[in-house]
Amino acid sequence: MGEIFVWLNDQLLRMQWLSDLVTLLVRDGLGLDTASRIGGSVHFFVYDVIKIFILLSVLIFSISYVQSYFPPERTRRILGKRQGLTANVLAALLGTITPFCSCSSIPLFIGFTSAGLPLAVTFSFLISSPLVDLASVILLASIFSWSIALAYVAIGLVLAVLGGTLIGYLKMDNQVESFVFQSPLSDYDNDGIISRRERLSYAREQLTEIVHRVWIYILIGVGIGAAIHNWVPENLIAAWLGQDKWWSVLVATLAGIPMYADIFGTLPIAEALVQKNVGLGTALAFMMAVTALSLPAMIMLKRVVKMPLLCVFVGIVSAGIILIGLIFNSTTHWFN
Amino acid sequence: MLIKILGSGCKKCVALAQNAETAANAASIEARIEKITDIVDIARYGIMSTPGLVIDDKVVSSGKVLSVAQITEHLRTIKPEPGANNLG
Repeated sequence: MGEIFVWLNDQLLRMQWLSDLVTLLVRDGLGLDTASRIGGSVHFFVYDVIKIFILLSVLIFSISYVQSYFPPERTRRILGKRQGLTANVLAALLGTITPFCSCSSIPLFIGFTSAGLPLAVTFSFLISSPLVDLASVILLASIFSWSIALAYVAIGLVLAVLGGTLIGYLKMDNQVESFVFQSPLSDYDNDGIISRRERLSYAREQLTEIVHRVWIYILIGVGIGAAIHNWVPENLIAAWLGQDKWWSVLVATLAGIPMYADIFGTLPIAEALVQKNVGLGTALAFMMAVTALSLPAMIMLKRVVKMPLLCVFVGIVSAGIILIGLIFNSTTHWFN
Repeated sequence: MLIKILGSGCKKCVALAQNAETAANAASIEARIEKITDIVDIARYGIMSTPGLVIDDKVVSSGKVLSVAQITEHLRTIKPEPGANNLG
């Protein structure tokens, strides 16, 4: 049974067949040795791009179908009925399956807050949403392993719950712009998606829209990954991000914070870094920093939340990411 | 008829605006299309995901780009065609 699982994992997720096919292509079609720099880069690039796009399409489509059951309005209703830690945990969980585009973070924040949801709950949602994403978890499993992917989910959720709860304790409600509390709740009911046909068409729309949005990040990410893989000298990477350097997680996190890229674009970079002996935690910290925090998102958030609360939010999430990176770095032997 | 597109300018909002314009023209309805991009103004409509479509001050959809056909359907409901059986 275990063998079947391993085989399935290798063929469906790691797409061993694809890697072999691309090797054939590069070796026989282009006459390049895959062990060489150019051959290796080409192989990495072609294989990773195709793999990510296939997985992306399948995942986004099926997950969007599931997400059609959880529009933000429904999430808000569910969360409104709970209190305390339960609400926080629920918010973190729902954050992973609610369809979320960063352009929606502000309307969502306003919608949750004006409905009376406590800041702690709203922030647990806002932290988990970009960080933990069903599709990216499966991609993580395909690039690293299932145990790493599941550990990532668990820790991401814990970070979201703790971060939100901490923000709640700080009682910073007065740091929210007043117009947020005065916003009306629309009587428009977004639970209107009912028929299966509408769900399928929604899934298809999401797929098209997301592919349109992220294809460039994927190409760039894979390109950078290929460069790291074959061209950037290992000692350069080791100097900044090496496993023995205590500052590696810090560097990775700080580098990632102002940047924004879609998570699918960061995965090939993380993959290439780990192959260059960068600690797993360092690579994950980079990924998390890029997706959970970004200059554009912070600028948008600044419009609804005052500077002190914004700083607390960024501070807590950054500290959490660094901590997670350090934990993963020191427990890597569990995953091997 | 006043059609408002709520959104901060991402591709979805542009697409929705285009579909709305096409739908209004095809249905021969005189409509003014306004783009609301300021967050504070968008918040006033209470939607939770952009883009939002507002027809004559009523929120008709949020979070998705309606097709021309879907928008036409909404337009017809709000303003039935001349000659339609209008009882009551």
